Formats: sequence, structure tokens, C-alpha cells
Amino acid sequence: MARYDLDDDSVVIVIGSGAGGGTLANELCQKGAPVVLLEAGKHYGIEDFVNDEWNSFLQLAWLDKRTTSGSWRVAKDFSNLPAWICKTVGGTTTHWAGASLRFQPHEFQVGTGYGDVAGANLLDWPLTYDELAPYYDRAEDKMGVTRTHDIPGLPGNNNFKVMYNGAIRVGYKDVHTGRMAINSRPRDGRTSCQQLGFCFQGCKTGAKWSTLYTEIPRAEETGKLDLRPESMVLQIQHDDAGKVTGVLYADQDGNQQVQKGRVVCVACNSIETPRLLLNSASAKFPDGLANSSGQVGRNYMRHTTGSVYAVFDEPVRMYRGTTMAGIITDESGNDPGRGFVGGYELESLSLGLPFMAAFLEPGAWGRDFAQAMESYDHMAGMWIVGEDMPQEQNGVTLHPEERDQFGLPIPNVHFDDHANDVAMRNHAYKQGRAVYEAVGARRVYETPPYPSTHNLGTCRQSARPEDGVCNKFGQTHDVSNLFISDGSQFTTGAAENPTLTIVTLAIRQADHLADQMSKGEI
Amino acid sequence: MRKAAMNRRRFLETSGQAAAGAAVVAASGGTTLLMAPDGAWAMTLEALSGQDGATLLRALRVIYPHDSLGDQYYAAVVEALDQDALGNAETAAMLKDGVARLDQAYQMPFAELSEGNQHRALEAIQDSDFFQTIRFKVIATLYNNPRVWQAFGYEGESFDEGGYVERGFDDLGWLPDPPADASPPVEL
Repeated sequence: MARYDLDDDSVVIVIGSGAGGGTLANELCQKGAPVVLLEAGKHYGIEDFVNDEWNSFLQLAWLDKRTTSGSWRVAKDFSNLPAWICKTVGGTTTHWAGASLRFQPHEFQVGTGYGDVAGANLLDWPLTYDELAPYYDRAEDKMGVTRTHDIPGLPGNNNFKVMYNGAIRVGYKDVHTGRMAINSRPRDGRTSCQQLGFCFQGCKTGAKWSTLYTEIPRAEETGKLDLRPESMVLQIQHDDAGKVTGVLYADQDGNQQVQKGRVVCVACNSIETPRLLLNSASAKFPDGLANSSGQVGRNYMRHTTGSVYAVFDEPVRMYRGTTMAGIITDESGNDPGRGFVGGYELESLSLGLPFMAAFLEPGAWGRDFAQAMESYDHMAGMWIVGEDMPQEQNGVTLHPEERDQFGLPIPNVHFDDHANDVAMRNHAYKQGRAVYEAVGARRVYETPPYPSTHNLGTCRQSARPEDGVCNKFGQTHDVSNLFISDGSQFTTGAAENPTLTIVTLAIRQADHLADQMSKGEI
Repeated sequence: MRKAAMNRRRFLETSGQAAAGAAVVAASGGTTLLMAPDGAWAMTLEALSGQDGATLLRALRVIYPHDSLGDQYYAAVVEALDQDALGNAETAAMLKDGVARLDQAYQMPFAELSEGNQHRALEAIQDSDFFQTIRFKVIATLYNNPRVWQAFGYEGESFDEGGYVERGFDDLGWLPDPPADASPPVEL
């Protein structure tokens, strides 16, 4: 592994080691670029992961205090936990379920495609599906996505059997075990899925793609990567000309250091990325870095989500096997006749008993709830993931009073459902219920959204600098050597799980960055 | 459950007072041991009194009522609350105050109320910090107890057993198997 001096200003600084940052760091290292990868969390290995929901959560999740506001239910149920994401080397790719769907072509142009949706800050992406398609292909190959590159689908588990039969009986056509970045056969030096049922807790076999044991070790093999875990970036610094020059961070001993760099790439997930830009405000940039548009922290999206759990006469044991290998895609198109724009996917999902207690109906108590828990092994479950509307007031702001351990303002996450989100979720609950009732469900539970795992849009791409924060390469409009490298750059959220698109954009950004650096333009 | 701090026989010899009709209480050097009359379980309390413990146990049983589970599972939650109270005077005061409110709800001890009245007494305070604290402690403790998992059909850790790939991940037999294009066979 490389070690670069703090004053070596030739390095590319990547902040965050998840889907965006971990991939970008590796792609740059493969091209010979020197990279300092700063990660706030600890460096665990597969052997450290635990098949235990609470202990894994305490090990991997981002637990630094955040506050919430707005009418979303998460603000009531989990007021200090707006998001269920990770603070660890590998970021949320340790926790993600593996669903890897391309956006649909029309989903890049919904600003014009959906017409005028009152209250929504819709905008076309500054790129098209066709521009991204070759990079999607590279991402799928890198991640080993099933049903692409001649990789077979995963075998369906019990939870999928229930979903499949119900879906076919209500007339759905496109139902299968999904496109998953989980090995269905040994590939790329990693084993096939052993059906542990603990995808969310860090895959202990490594069958699921994570930057922790793919991108990051590959980058280290080049001798170009300097990975620094437990290094929390506090501020991005700039010179009088408005170019970024490096970052101030707290190292693993709590000492503050300044790392100089040629380029800074921010991939801290959509809460910490805008927070860092806002906390980097200066005399030259009083509203925060790259924020001349005022859009940093705005247009926060989290997908329209919810879950449907159903209890059957016979046992299901949904927790056995891959957590999310099952999908119904029939509702993913844009059909405004349903009463909303955009679409949604229905994906099989299970929680272990401890988290089912926490999430099935947060706050509920009494005999009905107890009965639901006693029916746990007779339950099947699915998750709704649909396109939510970007709204300018939904977003991340700095808390006016509360400070973290470094004295910096903590983030507040504000979210109100748009009427379109409400209508979509309502439709999806009805459809999910119908699927399960078609195969004999005795009781159906409409579970509210969990803390967000899909955090998107707070530094969005835009063609015009006044509409967003970065261009179609994630390069900020205001600062040419500052890049947004995670889901924050999403202009809109589409109906698909975001990781594949984050990885795709990171691969493309690496190509662009290398090109710009070789031409001396950055 | 933590190991009882006191020899059980000696405890039985020295205890004299029955708490809440269901358990025997004794105190020794700031530690209270609360036991089921039949000796099926015991809990050790260091910050809370035996009366507090007995009331809390009953309240927890009404908040998340699982008739098939013995009191020992709920007693473990009370012990966890007691440990929180031991380290934090504010928590101790909140728990004692909450118990007092429950015991005053119907002008008789909470533990003596009918289940319906107990439910109503809890409903009246369900937005309080006290209620939410004890409710969430059940979520995080009772439902995180591997013996409770067993009772409700959850098998917990699977890695050491090789996962479920050869142990029934797709053993559901009451619906037809999906076709191979939707659900391909296992490849190891």
C-alpha cells in the first residue's frame, strides 16, 4: 500500500469508500493515479461480520447523531436515525442487498417527460441512457450482476416462491430472482451464495459484491492507494483562485491533519456530502462550496418505499436465503393512468425477528402486534422501491445549535412526502396485498418506510449551473477540481435501487478525470 | 439473565414479604432478589426496588403479551432496565416515577389490576418517555433473546451451519416451484 505525504499535492483525494468512492479510487489507481482514500469508519474484514442484526448494526451503521424534520414517518419513529447507512471501509456496500437494476431510458429525462408536476423540482439529467449504457455494462461485469454477462440468476428462496406464485396469479408477467450483484456461481475469486440470509449484516462468504473486498484490495495491489480508515474529513480547503487544495481531517488518533491534493472527490453519501460542502463555507464561498446555485443539500430523495408483510397458514421461513432475490418489475414503467407519475419495483425482502420487532409497525404494542410476531415464521415480505419526486425543501441543512465531537454542526434531514409519493405508495400497498392474498394470506401488514438506505440527489447534476451542483461527470459547476462521486449527484431517483448507477457513474467519472488530468486541465 | 447475586436457599430463609402476589422479595446490601414463587426464575435488581420490578414485569407483559413465554423472558428485560438505572440517576428517577404513575392509575397497585385496566393505564401514558423507554427495551431485549427466537421459529446465526443452501432455503412445499427461468437451480 502506498503512503503519500500530507503535502503531496499531486494526489487525488477521495472521501468515502463505498459504492462511489471505493469504485472511483480503484478505477483511478488502475490508471496509475495516486489516490488517498479517506474513510470515516473502521476497517473490518469479512471475518468480523456477525449474523446478528443488532450487533451488526452497532458494528457497521452510521450512528453519529442526526436530527430530522418534516412530515415523513421516519422523523417520528426514528428521529435521530434518518438513514440506515454505514460508517466503515466499504461504506454501505457492506450492508446493501445487491439489487442491481439499470435505470430505464425515459427515467433520465423526466423533467420534460413527466410534464409539470406541481411542487416537484423535476429536471432532466444532463446525460442520456445511451451515453451511460457502455458504463452500465462495465459496472455489471465488475460487480458480477446476475442475468447479465451470461451469469445465471440466483435460485429463488421460500420468500420468492410466495411472491412468484402470488404475482403470477394476479397477472404480473415479469417476475424472477432479480439482477443481483451476488454470485450465483463462483466468479471473480469469490464463492457462490450460500443462502445465509444475512445480506444486510455484511456477507460473510463474500458472494455479494462490496468495495471492501473487491475494489479496495484491487486498488491496493496497484501500489497507488493510500487508504486511511477512521479519518473523518471536516473541511475542504481552497485557494484564492477558488480551486480546492486539500482537506482537513481528523485522523484515527483524533489529531487534525491537512492532506493536500490535486483533486477532491466527495462520496460520503447524500447526507454527509452536502454537509461537508456546507461546513466548508469560507469568506469566498459564504454559502458553502460549490453552492452558487443554492442547490447543495436540496432535492433530497429517498425513494418511495414501504413494505408489505403477509401471514400464511403454512410456514414460509422467509429469512432463509438471499434477503432480496425476487422482483416484480411490471409496475416500474410510467403510466400516469394509475394516478401518479413514475413507477416502482416490488422486491422480496425479509428481516430477522429482532428487526421485524423494530420495524414491522414502529411504536405498535399490544395483542395484535404480539400476534404478528408469533406468526414470524409464517410470514412473507416484499419491499416497495419507487421514484419519488425531488422537492427543493427536502434536504440536508446544518443544525443551528447541535455540534458533533469536532465542534461542527450536525446535519438535519427534512422530508415531506409529495402527493405523488403518497399515491404511488398507496397503489403499491394495494398491489402487494393483492399478490399475497392471491396465495391465501390471512393477514397483511402495510409497513411504513424504514430509515433511508437510498439517499439521493442533494448535489444534483444539471446542464445549467443555476439548476444544480455538478455537471454530467459529477464535476462541480463552481470548482473545476471538486467532484461529487456518490448518489448525491442523481438528478432524479428513478424506480431502481441506486448502487449500480452510482458505480456506473464512478467508472465514467474516473475516465473523465484521468483524461482531464492527462491534458492538464485539472 | 444475570446470575442471581444471592444464594437461593439463604434468600428463601430470610425473605418474608410477597410482592405483587406472584413473587417473593428480599433485600440485602442494596441488592434485591425477586423470585417466582415456584422458583422458576429470579431476577436481581440493584437500582430498582422489588415492588418496582414486579410492576414493571407486569407492565411489560401487557405491552407485548406472549402467553406462551414464561416470566423469565420479561424478567430479563426488567434486569436490563435496572442496569440502565444503575448507571444513570435520571433514568432511575424516570423509571420509578413511571412505576408510581402506574400504581396510582386506579387507586390500587398496578399488578392487581385486570388486564383490561392495565392496558388502559398504559394507554394513558403511551406517549411518555417512561413508556417508550420500557417498550423499546422489550423490542431490543426480549425479541433479541435467542430462546424467544426459537419459540417463534427464527433460527438466528446461519454462517457456522453453512447457510441454508443445503438446509431448506427453498423447502416451501405448499406452493408450486417457479420455473427455472424465473428461479434457476443452485450452482455451488
